Amino acid sequence: MSIVRALKCRECGHEYPIEPVHVCEFCFGPLEVVYDYDKLKGRLTRELIESRPQTMWRYKELLPIDGEPTVGAQNGFTPLVRARNLEKVLGVSELYIKNDSVCYPTLSFKDRVVSVALSKAVEFGFKTVACASTGNLAGSVAANAAAAGLESYVFIPHDLEQGKVLGAGIFGTRIIGIKGKYDDVNRLCSEVAGKYGWAFVNVNVRPFYAEGSKSLGYEMMEQLGWKAPKHVVVPMASGSLCTKVDKSIKEFIKLGLVEDNGTAVYGAQATGCSPISRSVKDGTDLIQPVHADTIAKSLAIGNPADGFYANRVIRESGGWAEDVSDQEVVDAMKLLAETEGIFAETAGGVTLGCAKKLIESGKLPRDESIVLCITGNGLKTQEAVADAIDKPRIIEASLKEFDVLAAEDKAALAA
Amino acid sequence: MAVSVRIPTPLRKLTGGADEVSIEASSISELIDNLEAAHPGLKERLCDDNGEIRRFVNVYLNDEDVRFLDGRNTALKDGDEVSIVPAIAGGV
Repeated sequence: MSIVRALKCRECGHEYPIEPVHVCEFCFGPLEVVYDYDKLKGRLTRELIESRPQTMWRYKELLPIDGEPTVGAQNGFTPLVRARNLEKVLGVSELYIKNDSVCYPTLSFKDRVVSVALSKAVEFGFKTVACASTGNLAGSVAANAAAAGLESYVFIPHDLEQGKVLGAGIFGTRIIGIKGKYDDVNRLCSEVAGKYGWAFVNVNVRPFYAEGSKSLGYEMMEQLGWKAPKHVVVPMASGSLCTKVDKSIKEFIKLGLVEDNGTAVYGAQATGCSPISRSVKDGTDLIQPVHADTIAKSLAIGNPADGFYANRVIRESGGWAEDVSDQEVVDAMKLLAETEGIFAETAGGVTLGCAKKLIESGKLPRDESIVLCITGNGLKTQEAVADAIDKPRIIEASLKEFDVLAAEDKAALAA
Repeated sequence: MAVSVRIPTPLRKLTGGADEVSIEASSISELIDNLEAAHPGLKERLCDDNGEIRRFVNVYLNDEDVRFLDGRNTALKDGDEVSIVPAIAGGV
């Protein structure tokens, strides 16, 4: 049963029927899917959800498609890891990692949004799908489109990490590299979308696409034992994930699936592209666009479309925003890998690096539950850490040579 | 001075379907006023009640966001290209 009511402008409140449109004709405000939650009261229960397969679609009533998903039916339901080693290092008592670095099928949380966007695109009758991407989205659109038998175009900045270019190209998509930053790619795509009549997941089907992010929040709460955390830290590029995690929590409270735990939402950015965290720290809701310059390329959006709303979620929930240098990003990527065995992409380094700073500054309390959202996989951004990790020590296939190394290691450990 | 202005899909109902129009103007502010004169109703879509460019409207002059230039006061010259683009999302 679909409880989707309409598309509604977040600025002026004007409502539109369910169509592939993304901006309000009157004020250019972004459109958002709104629901009739009353229809679900008492019908969507914990037991019903638990009886379903472990995918993001176990919450299908709260995702904006009609009927069953036609694309990405297996996506989502990633592990929530209790990070006991990291707790000791950071000096906190209850820390979890929501690990979307292993999201099916392309190892980032984008598989959630793409499965909703493409299922919706199929419903609308589109044959070609496309996106503007900083990399993860390109791979996810290409893979999910291939599996669904859809044609795809992905538009990326020309200087993306090799892992992300390859991770899209393998699926036989048409990749277009744009000479410019992500914001330039985005701008071109908004013009292409207007002209070619394709389903651009982050342009004309964006209202549906963005809702897919809520599944990360639903899973987090179910995996905590049907509880909302006290604190949740999310990386921010456009700021969309930040607002959708907040929306997921509010929806579960409204439906009686969890109690209101007063969850505070925290946003993480790289200092080289931190227009949203800057605005929070400056106490304003005006987002000043910047020219992005950071190794965290998946977060390098200088003109964040949802920045205003992310800022509002952070302030109203009692959270905060932080940003970290490229060096801190690399250090945090290594810390997460060495303590929890999780190789996150640069955005994960941003999230953990910011959480560490927020704990040290007292903004994040040490004795309450904290969830860190890790949204992508480090194998796609190897360039960022290539120079920061130990190279293999090369020896002959000789036990004697190894004995020498082992003795050195033992001595170093003793020292 | 004539500049060409690229019109996004949501506004083409006001330009008779045209995706590009030519307007005489020496600044962004004047351009918006002259757009309004030629295609009534455009200004209120682009600007709020105080005449400021709306939060979700991006205006580019030859590929640069005018917020990085002089905003509404950004000067225009003959042959410039202006694009009006709704903000769109991506990334995280």
